[in-house]
Amino acid sequence: MKLFRFLIVGFIFGIVLTKAEAVSWYRIYEMFMFQSFHMYGIIMVAIATGVIGIQIIKRKKMNDFKGNPIMIVDKDRGFARYMIGGIFFGLGWGLVGCCPGPIFILLGTGIYAIGLVLIGALLGTYIYGMLKDILPH
Amino acid sequence: MEIIYGTWHWAISGLLIGLIMLLLIYFGKSFGMSSNLRTMCSMAGANKHCSFFDLDWKEQKWSLAIVVGAILGGFVAYHFLQNGTEVAINPTTIKNLAAMNIDAPNGKLVPDALFSIETMMTFKGFSILLLGGLLIGFGSRYAGGCTSGHAISGMSNLQLPSLIAVIGFFIGGLIMAHLILPLLF
Repeated sequence: MKLFRFLIVGFIFGIVLTKAEAVSWYRIYEMFMFQSFHMYGIIMVAIATGVIGIQIIKRKKMNDFKGNPIMIVDKDRGFARYMIGGIFFGLGWGLVGCCPGPIFILLGTGIYAIGLVLIGALLGTYIYGMLKDILPH
Repeated sequence: MEIIYGTWHWAISGLLIGLIMLLLIYFGKSFGMSSNLRTMCSMAGANKHCSFFDLDWKEQKWSLAIVVGAILGGFVAYHFLQNGTEVAINPTTIKNLAAMNIDAPNGKLVPDALFSIETMMTFKGFSILLLGGLLIGFGSRYAGGCTSGHAISGMSNLQLPSLIAVIGFFIGGLIMAHLILPLLF
């Protein structure tokens, strides 16, 4: 049952991203062409909601559902890995129009060709793991 | 019912995505989809010869449960919550796409010019999907996160590294959409 709540969160996530059309190649292309506010609106409202929520969590020193204090780990400092890795990711995002979440969601919508993108993404993750120590971070 | 079966408004969608991230924090976890790719590599045996994949995937079961849920959510949304009016993108975008011989949405989530099985069976179609996946997998792990981990979670926590990553995402995406896609299609 411990996993069930995460299954439900994923289920809602899948429905929201499909109905928001954030899984759509067309919406991502339209976003990068600056021809619609739709995706920008989604991302900005999601961040605004998150910022407000996290500020409340931090200021009220809220606990998680088990009663443990909520700790949100800061990202490691750096520049190169975020910029270079980000550009690689963006090139892929712009090409096949999906990020890791939508890859899985689109499998559920019956777009089977996305399986090839998933295989590519697993290979890409593997290649990073093998090259990690020689890449600038 | 239009409000459920049609395209969900960006404000409602964004609010729900933000709430999902907060709910995961409340569950003592953090929101990030690309780390599942690493977990899957470990499960497939990459841990045997590469320390980066040396992790206990059983501790990531909660995240894999989200993946399974997301697949089911995509299935239900696509089969039971659609009315055929989806993906009403900008007519200018449709014209741009037509100039590259990419089919208009007409209710589809993704173009046949990239994602039909016939396209996938061609050398070009196969290469594009595989290369796109490679870039996503390599880039998200290199940057330490993807849209969910950096753009949503990291930015919500006002993390400078996440802002740098998101700027990188957009540099890559803009180069692809404006400069490379027109060469490919």
